[in-house]
Amino acid sequence: MDNGINASIVLAGVGGQGTLIAGKLLGILAMNLGLDVKVSEVHGMSQRGGSVVTYVKIAPEVHSPIIEEGTADFILSFEEVESVRWAKLLKKGGTMIVNTQQIKSLPVLLGQMKYPQDIIGTLQVNAGDNAKIIPVDAAGLSLETGTTKAANIVMLGALSNYFGASEDEWKKAIEEAFASKPKTIPGNLSAFDKGRKAGQV
Amino acid sequence: MKKIMLGNEAVARGAYEAGIKFVSSYPGTPSTEITEEIAKYPEVACEWAPNEKCGAEAAIGCSVRGGRAMTCMKHVGMNVCADPLFTASYTGVNGGLVFCVADDPGMHSSQNEQDSRNYARASKVPMFEPSDSEECRTFTKYAFEFSEKYDTPVIIRLHTRVSHSRSVVDTAEPEPAVVKDYVKDPVKYVMMPAYAIGKHVVVEERTEKIIADVEADPEGAGLHKIEMRSTSLGIITDGAAYQYVRDALPDASVLKLGLVWPLSSKVIKDFAARVDRLVVVEELDPFLETEIKAMGVECEGKDLFTLQGEYTARLIKEKLTQEALPESAFDVAALPSIPGRPPVLCAGCPHKGLFLALKRLKVSVTGDIGCYTLGALPPMQAVDTVVCMGASVGMAHGFDKATDHEASKNTVGVIGDSTFLHSGVTNLMNAVYNDSRITLIILDNSITGMTGHQQNPSTGKNIRLEAAPAVSLERLCESLGVRPEAIRVVDPVDTFECEKVIREELDRDVVSVVIARRPCALIPTGRAKKGVEAVVDYDKCKKCGACGRIMCPALIIDENGFPVIDAESCNNCGLCVNMCRFGALSKTEE
Repeated sequence: MDNGINASIVLAGVGGQGTLIAGKLLGILAMNLGLDVKVSEVHGMSQRGGSVVTYVKIAPEVHSPIIEEGTADFILSFEEVESVRWAKLLKKGGTMIVNTQQIKSLPVLLGQMKYPQDIIGTLQVNAGDNAKIIPVDAAGLSLETGTTKAANIVMLGALSNYFGASEDEWKKAIEEAFASKPKTIPGNLSAFDKGRKAGQV
Repeated sequence: MKKIMLGNEAVARGAYEAGIKFVSSYPGTPSTEITEEIAKYPEVACEWAPNEKCGAEAAIGCSVRGGRAMTCMKHVGMNVCADPLFTASYTGVNGGLVFCVADDPGMHSSQNEQDSRNYARASKVPMFEPSDSEECRTFTKYAFEFSEKYDTPVIIRLHTRVSHSRSVVDTAEPEPAVVKDYVKDPVKYVMMPAYAIGKHVVVEERTEKIIADVEADPEGAGLHKIEMRSTSLGIITDGAAYQYVRDALPDASVLKLGLVWPLSSKVIKDFAARVDRLVVVEELDPFLETEIKAMGVECEGKDLFTLQGEYTARLIKEKLTQEALPESAFDVAALPSIPGRPPVLCAGCPHKGLFLALKRLKVSVTGDIGCYTLGALPPMQAVDTVVCMGASVGMAHGFDKATDHEASKNTVGVIGDSTFLHSGVTNLMNAVYNDSRITLIILDNSITGMTGHQQNPSTGKNIRLEAAPAVSLERLCESLGVRPEAIRVVDPVDTFECEKVIREELDRDVVSVVIARRPCALIPTGRAKKGVEAVVDYDKCKKCGACGRIMCPALIIDENGFPVIDAESCNNCGLCVNMCRFGALSKTEE
């Protein structure tokens, strides 16, 4: 990453967690910075509580919208197990921000598999010095703003510490992304501040 | 003005800027948002049609009468409207006419991986293929002009990664929608042998004219791009694959084909002559490669690359360079094994109670396309077959015929309201007419669910959510000849009542229809009030596990065997309440 002008960001989560909106917001931010950007989403079948991933690529010129193995500067994982599922995409020296929320999937509910223990610790040991892993209680911090729905903005707040855009530029992007729902803007700005604080290590 | 847009949104924008009059489509991932975005331009007539054939024919009518028109669909939708497409190729147009089709390499949300480019060649209709959102806008806009200039429909082919990627577009002011004069012209518009023979000649001449114009100025219209860099490697590519090529091989020369049909051999031979090694990089079928080889040009292609799934820059790098591939920050082999996360039926989904009944009945189920296709996966595993839209009804009839009615005693067809209206109706007519004894279950959740909640002719609303006449499914089935006593309506949450009614209808020696009616839990009429949910009386709970078997995302069995309700996601539907024999669960009164 060159001061935020060349960044590949993976947003991984479970259908309904707001990864699409987070991706859209990053797109607005990049465009406001005068950069090229592509945001790739998957709709349809996988939205029904399945694993979902959004790719955001920001650079002076972006071609493929897909982020491939070992090329992501950042992974924002909205759920613990999902951080393992997409871990291979993180490049050496990359940063992974993990929402420490656990959402049990069908094989766990059916008792076919156990939900893995101590995912953050396991990832830290596995990556060693190759990656920075930052746990954030995004769900809990979102709830402090009065809604469960702002966890995605908390996650972006955490990311903002490592990304070459100013706080004002981030907040402008939030205001634009939620322009059609102005009542939610103060809550989202507060969620952003909480995330920004929690993501500092 | 610069804006960031989804590819589908940019197609809609391009059509709007071209002064489009009318769009008629059936929803299908990854094409759905095109028509939804068009609906946001109030001056454009826009609708959900019951199926792609209806949408295409309405668009053709608008074009012939003089207005610019478009119909949008997913790749398999093109199969449904292939009939009008092939003959609209002969009639040509009056107002510009565009068929927009979105392919799904990798099958993110589809039942097959067909390559729509084959339709362009087979129907002799020119096909444009954009690679990003800005091209979606400019190609679509140009498609209407091209359509009128050459008197032909135009197909725009998208991919999931083009349709569902956002990138920057530079919007322009729209042209006003102009409806041209209509002049009666049976030689042009009546395709009976006497006239069609002459029109076929016109079609072949049209193709030659397009090729000649492209050869005069290959990059002129902005469709093709010839990017000369190092001449040691030349790539011919199209669509989404172009982007992967640019990432993987920044130094290679590239011929990017924006008009993938018809193909000019001169453009290809000229490019081939300028490079030492020629490789065709295209997802799915060797469509370009076959044509290029037929031109007598040597090239590589599917000997290196797969016929299946999506390509990546990594795959292209691996096949065509010696470069080291990027490595992950993690030791991937040593990562812990993790549970999968397949899509599931939602909390409060009305399909659950019905599938539980089918599971208890141990019947064979011919299934169909929709959220309820998920009934084939664990935990329900109730569905035996899924082929295409409407096939549940026809296949149940085939089961009946294969066994001289015997199979109809333990087979049901399962189809949603929107899919039934799409192409189940004619099948049901056939079953009644031809002495079948099938039992058809219509899952009427009052919406087209899987594609993201579009209206249909039975919901009472149009695409802009204005009131519209609603088809009565009961009366429709009756008019097809299903006996009134064999049309039953049940609430799928009453899973044991469903079981009883379906059993009765399986035993009936005529065609039966069971309508399982309850709105989708994600639409306003199906959603519970905030703050109401099922509650557990732990003194009554015997930990039998019956409520857990519905696999509701809102009900988790804790480590002690007790059910725990997730108040946030519970929709208070009462299915778990009905499953409990001990009265330990109850609904909250709304």
